[in-house]
Amino acid sequence: MGAVAHDEAHGHHGHEHHDEGFVSKYIFSQDHKMIGKQYLMTAVFMGVIAMLLSILFRIQLAWPGESSDFLSMFLGETWAPGGVLKENMYLGLVTIHGTIMVFFLLTGGLSGTFSNILIPLQVGARDMASGFLNMLSYWMFFLSSTIMVTSLFVETGPAMAGWTIYPPLSSLPQAVEGSGVGMTLWLVSMAIFIASSLLGSLNYIVTVLNLRTRGMKMTRMPLTVWAFLVTAVLGVLSFPVLLSAALLLLMDRTMGTSFYLSDIIVGGEMLENHGGSPLLFQHLFWFLGHPEVYIVLLPALGLSSEIISTNSRKPIFGYRAMIGSILAIGFLSFIVWGHHMFVTGMNPFLGSVFVFTTLLIAIPSAVKVFNYLTTIWRGSIIYTPAMLFAVGLVSTFITGGVTGIILADSALDINTHDTYFVVAHFHIVMGMSAVFGMFAGVYHWFPKMYGKMMNTRLGYAHFWITIIGAYGVFFPMHFVGLAGAPRRYYDYSVYGEFDSNSFEMIMDLNVIVTVFAIIAAIGQGFFLFNLFYSVFRGPKAVQNPWKSNTLEWTTPVEHIHGNWPGEIPEVHRWPYDYSKPGYEEDFVPQTVPLREGEEEGH
Amino acid sequence: MSIKLITLIVIVLGVLALAQLVRVYELSSKLRNRREEDITHRDNKANATLMLLFMILSYVGYFYLIAKFGWTGRGEAASLEGVETDWLLNVNFIIINVAFFLTNTLLFYFSYKYVRKPGVKAYYYPHNNKLEMLWTVVPAIVLAVIIILGLKLWNNLTGDSAKDAIRIELFSKQFDWTARYAGENNKLGYFDYKLTTQQNELALKTSATLDSAIRLMEYGSADGTVMGIALLEKKLNDPANIFVPEDREKMEADLDRKTRLLRLLYQMRSTHDAKHDALAYDDIIQKDTLHLMVDQEYEFNFRSKDVIHSAYFPHFRQQINTVPGLTTRLKFTPTITTADMKDRMKNPDFNYVLMCNKICGGAHYKMKMIIVVDTPEDYKKWLAGKSTFGDDYLKKPEAPVEMAVPEAPVADTVQQVAVK
Repeated sequence: MGAVAHDEAHGHHGHEHHDEGFVSKYIFSQDHKMIGKQYLMTAVFMGVIAMLLSILFRIQLAWPGESSDFLSMFLGETWAPGGVLKENMYLGLVTIHGTIMVFFLLTGGLSGTFSNILIPLQVGARDMASGFLNMLSYWMFFLSSTIMVTSLFVETGPAMAGWTIYPPLSSLPQAVEGSGVGMTLWLVSMAIFIASSLLGSLNYIVTVLNLRTRGMKMTRMPLTVWAFLVTAVLGVLSFPVLLSAALLLLMDRTMGTSFYLSDIIVGGEMLENHGGSPLLFQHLFWFLGHPEVYIVLLPALGLSSEIISTNSRKPIFGYRAMIGSILAIGFLSFIVWGHHMFVTGMNPFLGSVFVFTTLLIAIPSAVKVFNYLTTIWRGSIIYTPAMLFAVGLVSTFITGGVTGIILADSALDINTHDTYFVVAHFHIVMGMSAVFGMFAGVYHWFPKMYGKMMNTRLGYAHFWITIIGAYGVFFPMHFVGLAGAPRRYYDYSVYGEFDSNSFEMIMDLNVIVTVFAIIAAIGQGFFLFNLFYSVFRGPKAVQNPWKSNTLEWTTPVEHIHGNWPGEIPEVHRWPYDYSKPGYEEDFVPQTVPLREGEEEGH
Repeated sequence: MSIKLITLIVIVLGVLALAQLVRVYELSSKLRNRREEDITHRDNKANATLMLLFMILSYVGYFYLIAKFGWTGRGEAASLEGVETDWLLNVNFIIINVAFFLTNTLLFYFSYKYVRKPGVKAYYYPHNNKLEMLWTVVPAIVLAVIIILGLKLWNNLTGDSAKDAIRIELFSKQFDWTARYAGENNKLGYFDYKLTTQQNELALKTSATLDSAIRLMEYGSADGTVMGIALLEKKLNDPANIFVPEDREKMEADLDRKTRLLRLLYQMRSTHDAKHDALAYDDIIQKDTLHLMVDQEYEFNFRSKDVIHSAYFPHFRQQINTVPGLTTRLKFTPTITTADMKDRMKNPDFNYVLMCNKICGGAHYKMKMIIVVDTPEDYKKWLAGKSTFGDDYLKKPEAPVEMAVPEAPVADTVQQVAVK
């Protein structure tokens, strides 16, 4: 309601009289566009750290036991004596890499950036429903990011129990040193992160439901907004469960409760805890964890729908089916968590129920893929860097998606569970697809965010290096996994002790993977350079550079508080009238009234 | 140091060079009056061609990997269950490869073919219910097949084992495995983690182990590594001892904990039925290798002492987590002896292995146990020389505890409480 009142108060006389100070404009800003940009920059920073961590442990995996200047430069004598990574720090790096990538880059970064920037602009609102909560959401995100990064510098190391922090490993400092202060910081950071995510999500939901402009029916919303809406709903329903899981874990660690602990002897000490169950944590964790996968993926799919349609100059095929599949995926994501637990000792009957529900998700996913294909079929494709990444996303969504069918099938999961096959699967579908979606979004909406254009050629270089590098990293991992290599192993030369053939194969592939990882990481330099160079020196953007239909391109290039200088535009049609017969131009913005006798496209 | 310096210089020079390149590019765009958002025909075509090229190259890469490594690098399945699993995996692989090639090829081909051409307008085609129905129903049918086949196998794999299956318990802790064969009666003895002592690492439950666990709790171990309640009390009560407050707190907490555990031990002893002792005494405990007999079904039970581990048998295609406080199980029937498998793999160094497949601490990657599958004759030969838990434990009971501590008042009161 805040923004509505705001709208009435300021009505027609523009917003130029807001004389904002530096702090309220750039730091504690309540403007959704600035908050979106703050999210983006924080996420880029976190993403770079997480990528760097992955290079550090990839070096160890490819050349185990060999001294590396690169490792000693970043980790020093404490964690890499003589340039050789320590076992425990390897687990620490893996844990923090996963945590940052999943939560800070792909949840906070992806949906934080684009929900903030696009929801008000695309539904036609002056701002988010509550600017203050929105600001709070960002600053809590910032705080939790800071704590998570800080935990890397703790004397006993960061959390080392994997990003899924399964107890008892994560609750017993005697079991691994990272489960001391490092784990406490992890839990505190995540608790704050969850609060931030909830504030953000509630805001997105309220804004979408209440602040749509005249004529913006739910079935006229761009698919981006649909994706953000469902994502926010998933977040609101699932993140609190993770919070409770984390709180119970905190109690087990500090107050001697036995929620997750039973019959344990560790470090020579017989613990009294009895009656708890480690499986309880896994149920709670994955009740968030699986919707989380779609919290990561749906925004990327939403962004790519918009970008593919715009740059193919064709309406998205099957708009209602796309909405339907977003809703179906969102709903199903809540009843599939058990597929992470087929081999945990959970009742096998329960396992078979989860097989059924999980494989159902393949149907809406297939619908989405075929709809993308039909969208570009007979299109008139323009290869902006954003479009390249969007096409790349569809490819990785397929490649990563099909292996999900193996993993969802409990009988086959037995042999692939926790192997590199899983690592390959979720990196391609969650890592590559979601990150590609994010890159596509940045290239596409950069003109809207900064009023400047990014360099196209650098974007091309970035895309081709990234897709080749990333496929080069994650595709061979399937083979490593099928050879039976468990994930989170510090050194695969243990294979030499019982199977020299597998040993050679795994070591060969590990070198290939690491080389591609280094190439891909260097390729991100093109993006970083392009991003920061263009923020400051990029050529000025025009109002609607991609000739797009949605409302955000009707706002002025210069950001103003309240988004539109005059009245909020009214919407008369769906957002995908590209190349509509009867129109001279190949796009018809949503603000153009329907002609007499003209039918809406879907 | 010099390498770091050089790296830094290279990075700085690289960024500068990139900046210069971008400026040249910007100038030339300006001269040609080209805006950044206008993608030239040439750029479009180049990217479209690259799309097709990328597809071909990645397919070549995929085939190369298959040709070089095969699709599974762990050899043929060495168990009855594994053969079925591999068959189903193959079926699924065919299905997903068809989907993979079909959709990826269409994607990259369309990306190549439908690149913007001057004068060609895109085809306005917002939806088609028939088509959408088609690609909802076809995947649904395929998935139905996958689900039915998968659940059928899942039920087989997780179902009960035959009555004559040999029972073995695998006990996991950071960072090794211990096997316990059920012995002649093919029944595993009972256990309780509170009975863990040096001589009874698997915490088996017999009258004797109960006694020694209680003794250990009361009087500690002879070598002084474990402090008993009596000694703790004596130390804490002795006015001559002055402790740092933290140490005293720690000792008091330790004493409290041990007192409570002791009470539980007494309770356990009072309800223990001595006729169950025999179940444990004939068990055979093996630490180094796990010997199995070919073509014999096995029922495995799993326990964990500390954190979650996962018992992963890559060659037998089985896996289950080991969870503290919970007993998990699985079954399989090995079908190929180790010697035979060495021949088939053409690798004299090959051995079956049990690995840990759940992150469990720093040395996680080292936690494994070699498995040897013998012919029945060899197996019996190997088994013949093995002593049982009873042999070891009763012949060599816990090192006699130093009873020097005069009285144990706490223990007495606890005993009374427990018996009551």
